[in-house]
Amino acid sequence: MMPGHLPDYLQEYLAILDVALLSSYGLRLLQGLCVTIEIAAISCALGFVLAYAICAARMSGNVVLTGIALCYVTFFRATPLLCLLYLFYYGAGELRPLLTSLGLWGAFREALFCCVLALTLNTAAYQAEIMRGALGSVPGAQVEAARALGLSKFRIQRHVVWPQALRVALRPFGNEIIGVIKASSLVAMVTVLDLMGQTRAIFAATFDFSIYLYAALLYLIMTELVRRATAAVEQAWSRHLAVAVEAAGN
Amino acid sequence: MDWSGLLFGPDGWGGLLLKGAGVTILLAISTLPLGFGGGLALALLKFAPYRTVRTGSEACITFFRGTPDLLVLFIVYFGLQALVDRVEKALAVDAHIELNAFAAGVVALSAVAAAYSSEVWFSALAAVPSSQLDAARALGLNKRQILFAVLLPQICPITLPGLGNIWNSLLKDTSIVSTIAVVDLLRAASEASRSTARPILFYGAAAAVYVVFGVASAMVQRRIEVRFDKKAAT
Repeated sequence: MMPGHLPDYLQEYLAILDVALLSSYGLRLLQGLCVTIEIAAISCALGFVLAYAICAARMSGNVVLTGIALCYVTFFRATPLLCLLYLFYYGAGELRPLLTSLGLWGAFREALFCCVLALTLNTAAYQAEIMRGALGSVPGAQVEAARALGLSKFRIQRHVVWPQALRVALRPFGNEIIGVIKASSLVAMVTVLDLMGQTRAIFAATFDFSIYLYAALLYLIMTELVRRATAAVEQAWSRHLAVAVEAAGN
Repeated sequence: MDWSGLLFGPDGWGGLLLKGAGVTILLAISTLPLGFGGGLALALLKFAPYRTVRTGSEACITFFRGTPDLLVLFIVYFGLQALVDRVEKALAVDAHIELNAFAAGVVALSAVAAAYSSEVWFSALAAVPSSQLDAARALGLNKRQILFAVLLPQICPITLPGLGNIWNSLLKDTSIVSTIAVVDLLRAASEASRSTARPILFYGAAAAVYVVFGVASAMVQRRIEVRFDKKAAT
């Protein structure tokens, strides 16, 4: 499979990237990739919804709600995801009678469900903090002005607060998505065959180390795509700011 | 609920968990010099006059930031082992050398911490006005003196919050070494829960200890930052 015209020492060097390996295991790697993308996408989306609720509770002004939200964020940001995964996956087995009586055992029996649950709860804590920072960055006077103009609560959020907050939150959100993609590799530790899981299985079958490098390449492509997409959106959203700076300069 | 499993002594698992917590802390602290030092080195390389060096540093950072920590750990652990095996074969050595899993953990976590901290170092370094470098050069300081006497004293306080964040995530990321049989806090909890079939108790206890670590280190960081602010104010 190696190109024949390369000098010997180079061929030996390239042998670490075994191309033949890809022809026999490439498909499984791609299947794993799909599972990874699935887990990351679902967790990020659900995490966003949950984060909104947590953020609302945190900023509600109600002492009890704020306290609960603070405890949630502190706990889930300080606990390793792997520990959470084990807690949910193995803990579900211990609580089997209870879960069965609640009719939830069918879901908790699936490793994939436990993983998405753990990842969602974990990323929600981080996203809530990002959201709080971004919403807090919008000056309160703007909300007062919008209220004085007679805008409804929904319209204030939709047209005044969120467009500005999203611009601030964009980069941290992009980093969080990258973080979730990377963290999702931990689900391989509880038998889920995501990209990492498939990679481990293939390595166990072939003892060919280069499969790890291929997996790393796939993860890199995913995270780089997210990073570049975020940067592109950020540039598009802040075009008017660049114009303003230029105008102020002149 | 029976909590006696957490007790110390012959029937309790408290001793093992405590030992594991010690290993977790030790691992995180061992990672610091290589991780933060490596990050500073990567950041300095980004100012290098040669394009290849800058690109190399950039590529290194992108790789370790974009690859899952677990994968980096496996690449280091199995990759270095494969390398050692190959060297053994080449030299025809009889003795089989097995790589230390703890050391592999330190190397992998350091690489990741270096990539992340390099961003913090870089932005702090970039904020130093270039006129200071000119002045230092005009005074006849050599490169090492410029770094240690001019640059580091002023950028260290600036980097503190950023490096603090990296330390916080490092403290949790150490848990991945449990997958290569290092008995850290999480692995200790795993072993205890497997022997007793009480996963909720032991993983919950491990999570609680991690939370205590996190809260404690946040408190220490705040104190250090306040002290630096006071120093800067006087």
